[in-house]
Amino acid sequence: MYLEFGTVLAFTILGIILLMVALWLQKLLAPSNPSKLKQSTYECGEEPEGSAWVQFNIRFYIIALVFLIFDVEVVFLFPWAVVFRELGWLAMVEMGIFLVILLVGLAYVWRKGDLDWVKLNMKNARGRYRRFAEDPNSNKNF
Amino acid sequence: MTISWLIDWVNNSWLGFLGVPGAFILAIIVSGLAIFGLVAVHAIVAVYVERKVSAFMQDRIGPMGQGPGLHAGKWGVLQTVADALKLLVKEDIIPAAADRKLFIMAPFILFLGAFIGFIALPFSETLSLANFNVGLFYILAVSSFGIVGLILAGWASNNKWSLYGAMRSAAQIISYEIPAAISLIAVVMLVGSLNMQDITRAQTGIVLGFLPNWFIFQNPFTFLAFFIYFIAGVAETNRTPFDIPEAESELVAGFHTEYSGMRWAFFFLSEYANMFIVCAIATVVFLGGWQSPFGEFLAGPYWGLLWFMGKIIFLVLVMMWFRWTFPRLRVDQLMSVSWKFLLPISFFNLFGVGIWELLSG
Repeated sequence: MYLEFGTVLAFTILGIILLMVALWLQKLLAPSNPSKLKQSTYECGEEPEGSAWVQFNIRFYIIALVFLIFDVEVVFLFPWAVVFRELGWLAMVEMGIFLVILLVGLAYVWRKGDLDWVKLNMKNARGRYRRFAEDPNSNKNF
Repeated sequence: MTISWLIDWVNNSWLGFLGVPGAFILAIIVSGLAIFGLVAVHAIVAVYVERKVSAFMQDRIGPMGQGPGLHAGKWGVLQTVADALKLLVKEDIIPAAADRKLFIMAPFILFLGAFIGFIALPFSETLSLANFNVGLFYILAVSSFGIVGLILAGWASNNKWSLYGAMRSAAQIISYEIPAAISLIAVVMLVGSLNMQDITRAQTGIVLGFLPNWFIFQNPFTFLAFFIYFIAGVAETNRTPFDIPEAESELVAGFHTEYSGMRWAFFFLSEYANMFIVCAIATVVFLGGWQSPFGEFLAGPYWGLLWFMGKIIFLVLVMMWFRWTFPRLRVDQLMSVSWKFLLPISFFNLFGVGIWELLSG
């Protein structure tokens, strides 16, 4: 057991060393004459407009929370799956109840529309967006 | 387990004076360089093959001109080697506005996440560097560790394209991780072990008279689970049709826009290493790992290595085929595919496998 995780640690160190060697080789071989223009942030040739470190609308914030819940659940599922065959129907029913409770949560998030990208209200929509603007629930994949 | 075998071998040879710690370090260096060689060669060959495959699919010629031999001009086999050398001698540019520490750290984390996953892969019956009892869980854990490097790269670049790319790929990877994990759990339920060798050994024999007894053929739910896992795997490696984090036509290059030279090369290397790992998990869990497709015929440790690599290369080719077959998904479609289709199906699948198994005994 110690040998296995020792291998992981040793490989981590080895990986770092390998990458450092590669970067060191590049330092030896590659030219280096930095200039202000060269080190500016790429923005399609324009002068960079402000910083990218701004307040940013993360659309799937709720999904990140849902992910946390399901990921913890997956962690519970792994040991359960290992002993599943020994426990039989008892394990199946118990995990079934647990999963159904979580799936109710997923259904709630789904119904609330947090799994959708488009949540805006379009007042002057035209064409295929028109139908959506009149009734936001009409079609989710317009 | 190969590491302990190597330690014994070193201790019994003329290098015996090294003792166990010295032998351990030597074994790690040898096996580590072998794995790194595998990663690098796989990336170089896969990039070349990918360019040629895509060229042929689009009725183009693809890379030409580099390479030795009679058909040098026609095949260009050394194209990616030349590319790698070019990357090595390219200037390393770190933008002045970037967060320097995190910018440098990001490729390390991303690369390590892919690199240390290779330890637990069962290359053949006798060849697996560390035979964890939690092997599958370990690989899943470390391969999702790479996402941290990806977000760091996007954030530290201080570039809007990078930030967008990183945010998208964070949303994408967390969404697809759950269907992937749940479809793997379906197989773990049948095996009752997380050890990669145990999972492979559970797939010995023949089913229905002619099909190999792999999990993909064992029951209808594991058949479905393979496809869920593979789709989610393609998404987790950020490949087309799920490549919106680095969609060239929208985001320049996504999270690695600001990277150049060797640092960029390591992003690329990790992407191909991740492809290898995803295909390797699919191979071990669903396609019988090192098992021969013909039962006892052509089985054994050496043939096993060949079968294992062959199946992985086959799946990597399927991924390339996907790339030129499906158009890129929009970001909202991408999320709904995961949360509204794959996740409910994978839960249904989990129940299905359990009930099937309990009813059939």
